[in-house]
Amino acid sequence: MDDVVKVTDVTKVYTMGDQRVEALKGISFSVRRGEFVAIMGASGSGKSTCMNMLGCLDVPTGGEYLLEEVNVGKLSGNELAEIRNRKLGFVFQGFNLLARTTARENVELPLVYARIPAAERREKALAALAQVGLAGREDHYSNQLSGGQQQRVAIARALVNDPSIIMADEPTGNLDSRTSIEIMSIFQQLNRRGITILMVTHEPDIAAYTGRHLIFRDGLIISDTPNANPHTAEVPRGETP
Amino acid sequence: MTTLWQSLLIAMRALRVNKMRALLTMLGIIIGIAAVIAMVAIGAGASKMISDQISSMGSNLLLVLPGSTTSGGLRSGSGGAPTLTYDDARAIKAECPSVAEVAPTVRGSAQVVYGNQNWSTIVLGTTPDMLTVRDWPVFAGRNLSPSDVDGALKNCIIGQTVADNLFGDADPIGKIIRIKKIPFTVVGLLDRKGQSPQGTDQDDVVFVPLRTAQRKLFGSQFPNTVGAMMVQAKDAAVLDQAQEEVTALLDQRHRIGPARERDFTVRNLSEIMAVAEQSSRVMSILLGSVASISLLVGGIGIMNIMLVSVTERTREIGIRMAIGAKQRDILLQFLTEAVLLTTVGGIIGMGLGVVGAMVVSKLMDWPTLISSTAIIIAFLFSAGVGVFFGFYPARKAASLNPIDALRYE
Ligand SMILES: Nc1ncnc2c1ncn2[C@@H]1O[C@H](COP(=O)(O)OP(=O)(O)O)[C@@H](O)[C@H]1O
Ligand SMILES: [Mg+2]
Repeated sequence: MDDVVKVTDVTKVYTMGDQRVEALKGISFSVRRGEFVAIMGASGSGKSTCMNMLGCLDVPTGGEYLLEEVNVGKLSGNELAEIRNRKLGFVFQGFNLLARTTARENVELPLVYARIPAAERREKALAALAQVGLAGREDHYSNQLSGGQQQRVAIARALVNDPSIIMADEPTGNLDSRTSIEIMSIFQQLNRRGITILMVTHEPDIAAYTGRHLIFRDGLIISDTPNANPHTAEVPRGETP
Repeated sequence: MTTLWQSLLIAMRALRVNKMRALLTMLGIIIGIAAVIAMVAIGAGASKMISDQISSMGSNLLLVLPGSTTSGGLRSGSGGAPTLTYDDARAIKAECPSVAEVAPTVRGSAQVVYGNQNWSTIVLGTTPDMLTVRDWPVFAGRNLSPSDVDGALKNCIIGQTVADNLFGDADPIGKIIRIKKIPFTVVGLLDRKGQSPQGTDQDDVVFVPLRTAQRKLFGSQFPNTVGAMMVQAKDAAVLDQAQEEVTALLDQRHRIGPARERDFTVRNLSEIMAVAEQSSRVMSILLGSVASISLLVGGIGIMNIMLVSVTERTREIGIRMAIGAKQRDILLQFLTEAVLLTTVGGIIGMGLGVVGAMVVSKLMDWPTLISSTAIIIAFLFSAGVGVFFGFYPARKAASLNPIDALRYE
C-alpha cells in the first residue's frame, strides 16, 4: 500500500564505446514507508548503480521506478534535482563534505538550494547537528573533524530538509567498527522516527542492525529476506568521541 | 536575489582560497583595464591640448597668404612673392560683410636688446586688430593704437617669453628696447599664450606697428606690401561665406581672370583643426585597439583558469548537485566567480590606470583627462568580459552529470 519505492523490471546498461556493461539486469522490489533495508552483495554486483538510480542521481535504462508514486524516469534534470533536494538525503562512503567549510554550513547547503532564508537555515542546521550528537561542533571545519564526526555531519546534512528516504552507500565503509556502531545507532534512531532508510553494505554485522536484507548478485536480486530480530546499536551516551 | 547573494558568497570564498591564483588570473584584466583607462585619459588629454592650442590661434579665422596654391614650375610658392598690400587689408575689412576684423602682418626675425640682455625673436608688424583676431589680451600696459600704426611710431608690445629673457622679473612697461638697433618703447606686455599647434612658442614675439615695420625695420623694394593677413569672420556660420567674399574681392582687386593666375591663397584654419582632430581620433582608435587586445587576452586567461577550476572542483559540483543544486545554480555560481574576478580586476585596473595617467601627466608634462564615462564603460566592459569568457566554463560545470561528478577523483 504505502510504498515509498516501487521498482519494476529495472535495467541499467552502461555503454563505453562499443563495450556494454549490464549493471542491472531487471530487478523488482518495493520498500514500504518506515523500513530500514540493507542492500548487500559482492563488489560489482550493481548495488551502487541501484542506489544511484533510487537516489535520482541517474535514470534507469529500462523498467519503471516510482518514488512516492512519481515516475522518476520521466522527469527532467531540474525536477530530479528538486526531488533530491526535498525528498532524499544522501550519505556516502567518502563523507563528501565540502572542504574549508564549517559543519553548520555543510548542513545548511540543501536548504540554500531549497531557497530557505538564512535564519531558518541556521536554526534547522543546528537542530540537525544536535540530533547526530554534534552540538558544540557547528563551527568546526570539516577537515578538523574525525571520520565518524564527518559522517555524522553528512547524516545531519541528509536529514536537515526532512526527507522521506535516506540513501546511504556504504556509510561505514571508511570507519572502524566502534564508530560504525555509533553511525548505525543514529540511523536506528532516525528510522524509529519514521524515516525510511536504504543502506548499502557488504558487512553482515552492519546489516544485522537493519530490518530487511536485499542481496544482489551480477545485477539481479537473489534474495530478499526480513530480519525479524535486528540488533540494537546502543552506544552509551557521553562516550561519543 | 538570495541565490545571487549566495553565489557571491561562494565565489568570494573560492577566490580567497586561491588568492595568488586569483590575482594572477586577474592580472590580464588589470593590465587591460589600466591600459584602457590610462590611454583614454592620455588620448583625451592630448586632443584637448590640440584643440586648446588651435583655439589659442583665435576662432573663425581665415589666413590670406601671398602666392598661388597651384604654383609649380618656376613660380614661387605660397607666401613667396609680396602680392598683398595694406590697402587689400583695409578693403577686405570695409567691403566684405561677413568679415569682422583683418590683421595684416609683416614678419621678420631680429635681435632685441635691453641693457646687456639680448634675445633673438620674431618681430611682427601688425595693426591693433591683431589682438582681437587672436583673442589675445594684454597682460599689462596697452595694445598698439591706430595712431601708432598711422604715425609709424616706435612703440611695441612684447610676449611673455621675450619679457622673461630681457627683463626677468622687472616691469617692462615704459622701458626702451632696441630692435635692429632702433629704440622702441614697450607700451604693453601680452598675456601668456603657450604653444601653437605646430609646437612653436607663441609668447616668443614682439608686435610693432605695421607701418613702422614696413618703413623702418623690414624695408623692401615694395614698401606697402604685407606678408600674411589674418581675417576673422563674424561667426562660425559665415566662415565659408567670408572665405568666398575675400577671394572674390581679391580676385577683383588683383584683376585675376583667365589670363592671370591667382596670386594669393585663402585658407581656413578650421580645416587645419579638422585634420588635427582626425589624427588624434586615429590615435585614440589605435590606443583603444591595443587595450582591447590586452582585455581579450585577459579574458582568455579568465576562461582558462575557470576551466581549471571547474575540473578541480568537479567533486564539489557533484556534491552540490546530489543535494539539490539545479543546473542554473551551478551555472550562476561559476559565472558569478568569473564576473567577480573580472570586476575586481577591473576596479584594480581602473585605480592603476588613473594613477598611471597622473604619473605620465606629472613626469612628461602631458595633459591627461580622466572621464567618468571611460571609467563606467571600463567597469561594464570588465563585467562583460567575465560573463563572456566565464559562460563556457560555467556551462560546462552545470552540464556535468551528478554521478560522474561525484565519482571524479
Ligand atoms: N559509470 C559506469 N560506467 C561503466 N560501467 C560502470 C559504471 N558504474 C558501474 N559500472 C559497472 O557496473 C557494474 C556494477 O557496479 P556497481 O553498481 O558500482 O557495483 P557495486 O556498488 O555493487 O560494487 C560493475 O561491473 C561496474 O564496473
Ligand atoms: Mg559500490
